[in-house]
Amino acid sequence: MKRQNILLLVGAIALAVLPLVMLAHGGSEFGGSDDLATKLITVIKPGYQRWVSPLWEPPSGEIESLLFAVQASLGTGVVAYCLGYYRGRRRGQGNDAATR
Amino acid sequence: MHIMEGYLPAEHAIGWSVASLPFLIVGVKRLSDRLRKDPESRLVLAAAGGFTFVLSALKLPSVTGSCSHPTGIGFGTVLFGPWIMTVVGFVVLLFQALLLAHGGLTTLGANCFSMAIAGGFTAWWIYRLGGALRLPFNLTIFLAAALSDLMTYVVTSLQLALAFPDPVGGVLGSAVKFLAVFAVTQVPLAISEGLLTVLVMNLLRSHASDIVGGLIPRLRGAVR
Repeated sequence: MKRQNILLLVGAIALAVLPLVMLAHGGSEFGGSDDLATKLITVIKPGYQRWVSPLWEPPSGEIESLLFAVQASLGTGVVAYCLGYYRGRRRGQGNDAATR
Repeated sequence: MHIMEGYLPAEHAIGWSVASLPFLIVGVKRLSDRLRKDPESRLVLAAAGGFTFVLSALKLPSVTGSCSHPTGIGFGTVLFGPWIMTVVGFVVLLFQALLLAHGGLTTLGANCFSMAIAGGFTAWWIYRLGGALRLPFNLTIFLAAALSDLMTYVVTSLQLALAFPDPVGGVLGSAVKFLAVFAVTQVPLAISEGLLTVLVMNLLRSHASDIVGGLIPRLRGAVR
């Protein structure tokens, strides 16, 4: 199980790193696909204007990345708390025979 | 997969919101039933929500030279079914719409439909199919998570194609263009999501086999 987990993690990391390496000299911008789709809308229907604007927008790219980091760390925190809780509980029950 | 605020014409925005609403209502009902009958599962449910939070915040580079993010819906769907994950997906999308200007309130219905509903039910059906075909559990949840992720972006492409048909190629021509932006980019990310889903499920199973066994009947009593 442990070996499989390491392979899974390495696979996920490789899938994120490979495009950066493969396309390092291709002049790719690695912009967001959501923004590309928004641009495509204005290509298909020139002159389309958004009819509602967001109530609030992060004032800068830094603030936006801050909020994305907050989102990711909140999620990680909850997942890690859950895993840690059950791990500790199992240890506490003395089910160490099940541990490898 | 986020359609940005104001980028769906009003009738489409309303249509997708109306389409998503019944799923959300049933989801809230199922969620409150589950929490009442099975308070033990609360922590795992929180983890399923947390997983969706992390994965939908991870904007990963892809082979097309653009970035996109997974959805994390498949993991929770395997544990809690698609209805409850509709609510979880909705909460994540609402957070992103309000705090990140990512997606929007007018497009919330459409985005909820693609990510939480189409993504959730795809994961659920693939998961059920894998069980019926007696595929290994890890392979099944890999496929469920990866295809759910991909389906989300296919549905977003179709939503945009319906709203913005190509002047020459019509809805189909437009769909091809949006799919080129979304679906191709998403293929490696969908594989990543599948791998991460199996990883976190492995960890959860090794520490809380009783809880997971209670949520996933086919794993009940599985001795490892």
